Amino acid sequence: MLVAFVLMAVITGLVSGPAGLGLADLVGVLQGGGDPQTRLILLEIRAPRVVAALLIGAALGLSGGLFQALLRNPLAEPYLLGVSSGAALGAVLALVTGIAAANGAILPLAALVGSLAAIGLVFRVARVAGAMDTRVLILAGVVTSAFLSACITLLLVLGPAEALRSAYFWTLGSLSGVSWGMNLILAVYTLPATFFAFRLARDLNALSLGEEAASALGTDVERAKRAAFVIGSLLAAVTVAAAGIIGFVGLVVPHGVRLLWGGDHRRLLPMSCLAGGGILAFADAAARGPWGPVEIPIGVVTALVGVPFFLVLLRRGMTQ
Amino acid sequence: MTLRLDGVSVTYPGSTTAALDGIDLAFEPGTHTAILGPNGAGKSTLLRVLAGLLECDSGEATLDGQNARTWKRREFARRLAFVSSAEESAFPTRVTDYVALGRNPYLDGWRAPSLNDQAAVMQALEHTDLVLLADRYVGSLSAGELQRARIARALAQQPEILLLDEPTAHLDLGHELAAFELLAQLARELSLTIVSVTHNLNMASRFCGRVVLIAGGRVVADGPPESVLTPENIARAFEWPVETLAQPGLGIVALPVSRADG
Repeated sequence: MLVAFVLMAVITGLVSGPAGLGLADLVGVLQGGGDPQTRLILLEIRAPRVVAALLIGAALGLSGGLFQALLRNPLAEPYLLGVSSGAALGAVLALVTGIAAANGAILPLAALVGSLAAIGLVFRVARVAGAMDTRVLILAGVVTSAFLSACITLLLVLGPAEALRSAYFWTLGSLSGVSWGMNLILAVYTLPATFFAFRLARDLNALSLGEEAASALGTDVERAKRAAFVIGSLLAAVTVAAAGIIGFVGLVVPHGVRLLWGGDHRRLLPMSCLAGGGILAFADAAARGPWGPVEIPIGVVTALVGVPFFLVLLRRGMTQ
Repeated sequence: MTLRLDGVSVTYPGSTTAALDGIDLAFEPGTHTAILGPNGAGKSTLLRVLAGLLECDSGEATLDGQNARTWKRREFARRLAFVSSAEESAFPTRVTDYVALGRNPYLDGWRAPSLNDQAAVMQALEHTDLVLLADRYVGSLSAGELQRARIARALAQQPEILLLDEPTAHLDLGHELAAFELLAQLARELSLTIVSVTHNLNMASRFCGRVVLIAGGRVVADGPPESVLTPENIARAFEWPVETLAQPGLGIVALPVSRADG
């Protein structure tokens, strides 16, 4: 069912957009035909966007699943522990100083460096005598986020006005302008992380009972927590670098998967990948949508569609 | 498998008094031992040291001669199961899945649960009389059913040793008796070594071949119930005067008397 959903999302993503290309054009291009402009739009503009949406959505869904398991909290999400504000600070610094204008690769790189720095800081603070305390982890993450947000606001208030506008749009997230090259980097980065994340599923199941119980069930708790944090953070960091801050997917997808198919992480993690990828591909298609040249920020779409869907699921889950 | 404590002392960070103070105990295979003592005596600490969950300041806990902290956790969990006094599942879980968590030490990251794993879970459900509740959510169970589910999860580990921290807390007298009968039956049928921390002197004296009375991190008395649960020993451990009554087949009860009367 989820696979069909993802396929539908891919097709919708390919035929959606202001150029008015339909299914017939898509079939034509897939058969090697179509006029050059149609080929260009479908293969070089839309296809990379759809692939990026799949990869980023999958990474966000997976990252959210990892954080919810690690923190034993269904409200946890990929950006909770400072990944996004670190990335935003990096991006804003690049925008305010003007170095972002020099080369298109600088903004994502600055965001990546910022988020990695934030992750490193939070990780250092939460590790005491070789053990990671997840309560300290949450506090350290939230406080670090608040501090970084203050830095961002300060920079934006003091910086040039156009930086403020660019930074605002960057924080809304967008998949416009992704290329096959960016997708290659995303894939090289996320696929191994996904592999290791799936291997953690068994330990995450045990961790849902608490650390002591997990240890009594034969799980190396510190190793599992460390791995979940590092993999989850790195996945979130690379998505932010590639497409800015896309809220809601990382929170809602694993939660929805849990409500629909249960909390076993051996199912939950792969399904969160599929559902996250499919939902983001749909959201991006809707963002480009039939409303002409103006693109709706993808974060707005995920929230507008995601919230009602999520509330329905929540009601359903409560009555079970 | 023999489980031993040799000269174990533990002091929690920030505390000035030792939670455990030079404890030597050995638990022989196939026996059911009750650990009794007042609040703060070190009972739970003792159990956590046995389970390899807590580092000792001095001395060591060993399973088959190997330090409990140096065992690989997976290997250790196939031999010894620990049921803590309380824990909460972070997400809603069905009873079967909850019990299946006991197979954790046998599963690899990728491999699906084998027939063997499924059989172990089924057997654990049968032993604890939970088959009919297998599809229920753990959160909807009564206290007695939840306790059985926790014991079932431990049985799914197919351990040789079972450690239980207050297995009958929050249970009424009928369910408490049922739980101890279950443990006695498991000890017999699966020849398990069981160590239970409990506050119920009567159940301990009735179902356990051996009783260890501890207070202030030290062993006050150790042996068969009738020789350990004397008014003098109990009064010394609990710092409260008691009288005891013994009924053949029904164990010993301790009746606290008013301090002025003692």
